[in-house]
Amino acid sequence: MDLVIALGLQILYGIANLALISLGLAIIFGMMRVINLAHGEFLMLGGYTVVVATNAGVNIWIAMLVLAPLVVGVIGVIVERLLIRWLYGRMVDTLLATWGLSLLFIGLVTTIFGASTATTISPPLGVIEIGQYSSSGYELFLILVTVALLLAVWATLKLTKLGLVARGTMQNAEMASALGVSTNQTYMITFGLGAAVSGLAGGLLAPITGVLPTIGAIYIAKAFITVISGGMAILAGTTSASILLGGVNGITAFLTGPTMGEVALLLVAIILLRLMPRGITGTWFRKSL
Amino acid sequence: MATTRRRFLAGSSALALAAPALTGRALADDISFVSILDQSGGLDIYGKPMVDATRMAIDEINKAGGLNGSMVDLKIYDPQSTIQFYTQFATQAAAGDRANVVHAGITSASREAIRPTFSRFQTLYFYNTLYEGGVCDMNNFCTGSTPAQTVEKLVPYTMNKWGKKVYIIAADYNYGQITAQWVQKYVRDNGGEPVATEFFPLDVTNFGPTIKKIQQAKPDMVMSALVGGAHVSFYRQYAAAGMNKSIPIASTTFGVGNEHKLISAEEGDGMICAYSYFEEIDSPANTDFVARFKAFVGDGAPGLNELAARSYEGAMLWAEAVKAAGTADRMPVIEALRSGLSYAGPSGPVTIEPKTNHALQNVYLAELKDQSFNILETYESQPPTDTLLVCDLVADPKQSTFKFENGLEAAGIKL
Repeated sequence: MDLVIALGLQILYGIANLALISLGLAIIFGMMRVINLAHGEFLMLGGYTVVVATNAGVNIWIAMLVLAPLVVGVIGVIVERLLIRWLYGRMVDTLLATWGLSLLFIGLVTTIFGASTATTISPPLGVIEIGQYSSSGYELFLILVTVALLLAVWATLKLTKLGLVARGTMQNAEMASALGVSTNQTYMITFGLGAAVSGLAGGLLAPITGVLPTIGAIYIAKAFITVISGGMAILAGTTSASILLGGVNGITAFLTGPTMGEVALLLVAIILLRLMPRGITGTWFRKSL
Repeated sequence: MATTRRRFLAGSSALALAAPALTGRALADDISFVSILDQSGGLDIYGKPMVDATRMAIDEINKAGGLNGSMVDLKIYDPQSTIQFYTQFATQAAAGDRANVVHAGITSASREAIRPTFSRFQTLYFYNTLYEGGVCDMNNFCTGSTPAQTVEKLVPYTMNKWGKKVYIIAADYNYGQITAQWVQKYVRDNGGEPVATEFFPLDVTNFGPTIKKIQQAKPDMVMSALVGGAHVSFYRQYAAAGMNKSIPIASTTFGVGNEHKLISAEEGDGMICAYSYFEEIDSPANTDFVARFKAFVGDGAPGLNELAARSYEGAMLWAEAVKAAGTADRMPVIEALRSGLSYAGPSGPVTIEPKTNHALQNVYLAELKDQSFNILETYESQPPTDTLLVCDLVADPKQSTFKFENGLEAAGIKL
């Protein structure tokens, strides 16, 4: 019984982890159709923000929950103004441009902080004992934060004027523009928000995965697989794909080993996209966000 | 032998690559030293300090007047943790740059990708990384430590201290697979039980399921042969679950990428490792070496570890051989190296063992405390007995194989 609870928590964490690393990409790719290959580097920059801030004596919670999204959000806005806004509607060009951007970020961070950062932050919160098993309290915290983050994004899109305008712009930019919406500004804000969510995720993951200039490469493939498997609806898509892929990965990894866990995740994604080329939300939950 | 299309293409492309080399060398009497080490990508935690140490070695050689009156020209390539770039740069170094010597490779996967190229082009090759043993190649000098030198000491020491049930976790490529077999062998030899062995692709960052399995198996200790930046997460997540307090970790790789500086003191304290070099070795030669390295690299100098120190010592060993041979030509240098050549470096004396082209070297066993290693034991001049089981270049010099390619059965070791 203890094992079931401990393992259940572990699988939930795996799911939350996938959702967390994918959500920022879902906003940028799912809403704006910008293939952001620098997504992993947004996560990495969030992590470095936390490392630099905690070294400067900032409280770790403020660094993770406030500074990381703020800094990366601002970087996102700058990137959008300088680079992305010239490329809307040119999907392949955004792919190349953001790939270059990702190399630039890796190079910059390596130059400033070195290949391996000597700074360390340990996960806050203690250990949870479940009978003879123990889990990290921080993992439980991450599950809760992911749920809160999904709810916050849902509320922003569904309940605020900003969300309404953003959804309208993504659906039909010309019509929105004709109705007096500044689509230019909407794109900028949406991209900035996507970057901020990525920054938050990177900041939250920094204490358990460590921070390296090249850590983004580890996240990017999984984030894309999750978002594409999820399909058009960013929230329902990311959530359902994370549950499916994270669940399969967690269970297989426990039963066999991490290699088979990864294989199972990819296999499920391939089969899923063969059966539903437009992702889960291309077939189910079509009207959802 | 019929000339197939493939063979023709391979031959002609080699020619095409070789052609510019006829005019390619800048100064005819400079000695060309090429280094191919990952300075970006997941393996840069190893590669960057190795490159710094190599640069320092060549700098010191040239400042001392070069070798036999010639300067050494150092060229560094960054294969970006990608095997494909390794083969490309190896061909470039051998055929394009016509290097006198190439020091290259971090993972065993990269070594096996480029070793045949250097044999084919008859370019002297040094591999300065600790690895699983078993390379038997006249053209290749492997100066790093091997399991019979390190793991053979580490396993009995930690089993005596912690207990006999060992859970093995390792990186999923030839180094991890073969090293895991060595660990299993030494655990059994010492009356212990390897309860489980798990392998991880280099990009795995979520170790949660494995940590649960370790809790379920309740071993006395964990032996880690994890590799690269992503795998550092294991040590953090292990500590976050409170496991580092109950089941201690020994490792054959932890620290050579300066991982002990990457995780906090509380997360790393108590881990035990064995290598042929630690920055903390207390000897005048090493104190001087560390000071010179810090001065050479300047602010933000990385920590020193076996890979970095051996990159320096490997370059110096080669330089001694060039001096002894009176030329940088391949065969005289190989003969000079195999004459029992020795270099007294910061790790102690490193001596080439002619049957294997590996090195006799000191091995140190150390415990991590407050992000630095306290040396517990020193074993002097350890021979590479693992490779000696399968390799004798004195009896049969025309060899160029990796004997443990399919595991340890080649050495008659049944698991």
